[in-house]
Amino acid sequence: MTANSPALASAVADRTGFAPGRWLGRAVAFVVAGFFVVFFALPMLWLLFAPTKTARQLLLDNPFSVGTFQTLADNWAQLTQFQNGIIWTWLGNSVLYSGVALVITLVVTIPAGYALALTDFKLRRTLLITTLIVMLIPNTALVLPIFLELSAVKLIGSPLAVILPFSFFPFGVYLTYIYFSTSISRDLLNAARIDGSGELRVFAQIAMPLATPVIALVGFFNLVGNWNNYFLPFVMVPGRKSPVQVGLAELLSNVPLFNPTSAGSVTIDLPVLALATLVSVAPVLIIFLFSQRFLVTGMTAGGTKE
Amino acid sequence: MGYAFSSGYGILLLAFGVLPTLYAIFLAFTKNGAFVGFDNFVKVFGDYRFFPAVQHVAVYLVVWLVSLTLLVVLLALIVHGVRSRWLSTSVRFLYYIPGALAGASSVMLWLFVLDPTVSPVSGILRAMGLESFVQTVSIDNLPVIFTVIAFWTGAGGWIVIMYGALNNISADVMEAARIDGAGAVKTAWYIQIPMLRKWISYMGVMSLAAGTQLFVEPRVLSQASKGVVPPDYSLNQLAYLFAFRQGDFNGSAAISLILLVVAVGLAAIFVFRGGLFDRE
Repeated sequence: MTANSPALASAVADRTGFAPGRWLGRAVAFVVAGFFVVFFALPMLWLLFAPTKTARQLLLDNPFSVGTFQTLADNWAQLTQFQNGIIWTWLGNSVLYSGVALVITLVVTIPAGYALALTDFKLRRTLLITTLIVMLIPNTALVLPIFLELSAVKLIGSPLAVILPFSFFPFGVYLTYIYFSTSISRDLLNAARIDGSGELRVFAQIAMPLATPVIALVGFFNLVGNWNNYFLPFVMVPGRKSPVQVGLAELLSNVPLFNPTSAGSVTIDLPVLALATLVSVAPVLIIFLFSQRFLVTGMTAGGTKE
Repeated sequence: MGYAFSSGYGILLLAFGVLPTLYAIFLAFTKNGAFVGFDNFVKVFGDYRFFPAVQHVAVYLVVWLVSLTLLVVLLALIVHGVRSRWLSTSVRFLYYIPGALAGASSVMLWLFVLDPTVSPVSGILRAMGLESFVQTVSIDNLPVIFTVIAFWTGAGGWIVIMYGALNNISADVMEAARIDGAGAVKTAWYIQIPMLRKWISYMGVMSLAAGTQLFVEPRVLSQASKGVVPPDYSLNQLAYLFAFRQGDFNGSAAISLILLVVAVGLAAIFVFRGGLFDRE
């Protein structure tokens, strides 16, 4: 390579920063990335401020002005008084459904991923392939078939009709399978077996302590997905048994702006609806904030083979 | 021993993966328990709402997949090129955080954003000639609106995944490209994007499968707009109406089965041909 080759020139330019074209490129990239930061962040920011304003302020003031704490308290009171505090019932239902489902998911998913990764049995390959396929089916695709099935066995309206489908989490099994097959060798387990440990002991004392990261990951995806699920609980547990996501849509029909026919009955102001939206996602939002680091450090969601 | 460990999951897989599918197949081909061949499908296809719904979903899918693919790859490349670690992490987090508002909450938030009277971007809406919520959600705008909502909620996750995949490209390859004088655009076009191909197709297949299932967005918008957004806009809504309004479980099962076959087909093609999952 000679001194005046374009390659070297541009390498030098890169180091010295003397390249107008490249700077223009950077500027464009910066603007695009910046535009999308605004696009993603702006609605969230608006949502944080909206509940501190009155309905009138929401309409007339600058969208990003901050109201008063007193107004926030009033909106909160209006939300919690709506139908005698049904928001608490909805939140309680959400906690019950996603909480119990989380426990069941972990109890069945982790051993299953372990078995697929580190033991041999006849149906192993069948189970693995079925898991992969079901994992890639969007969960909404199975909602109506599951509804039809559960209504045939008269389970509609029972908490089980939500909890059990929530606990079926093939993606978690796949994550666990990937984790165990890459992080633990069969030799290690065999060594423990030769030392006289039973299978349960091998699992509980060798595999489980190493599995903490994947347990957290499976728990995270399961909880977030279930908390935000709308379609499944919407068809399975209507009315007072709804979780908060379904309840939120219910609140909507009491907002006069969106539904003129409800004028006269108990109504919900827009800032109250915004507050309800915020409350409904608060738990997930908090989990997101705390898991910030592992969420963005290039987690490849289980697909890679490294 | 493998059976004991996987039995709990196996039962759930049977109960909520395999059995509902089989039962939907049974319902779709019977009426009152008697085999009727393709009658239910003929009836569903003949329904005046069916083809409009197919069309709606198809138009949405085109808009959604094209913009998702282009923008996610572009943004992942840009964010990956950011040298400052702190900045790169913060930007990724900002892109990702709306993912916390999946489902009804994100649609609810977008109700506000799309209503020119309260919207934080009412200026932009008005500039486009949209003066009221009903105007904004008119049926021709819906594919774009659903795309914006879905992108807002889900793109961040994909950007993070693509970013991770870009990180897996070996430093040697990138260094070689740089020494050969390839700029950012050429490197992206000839090296990074080809190496992302598997992930891009993964995103495409997953989003295609998920997009056909469109339900919560039109459902909530329909509720909010008092029917300006029709209650039978998407196929899943139609399947829902068959089961819940008309009490026609067989027709509902027929539509669900069509959607399920599409989803399973895409998934199976991807598992067997996509190369992302072959470990054995």
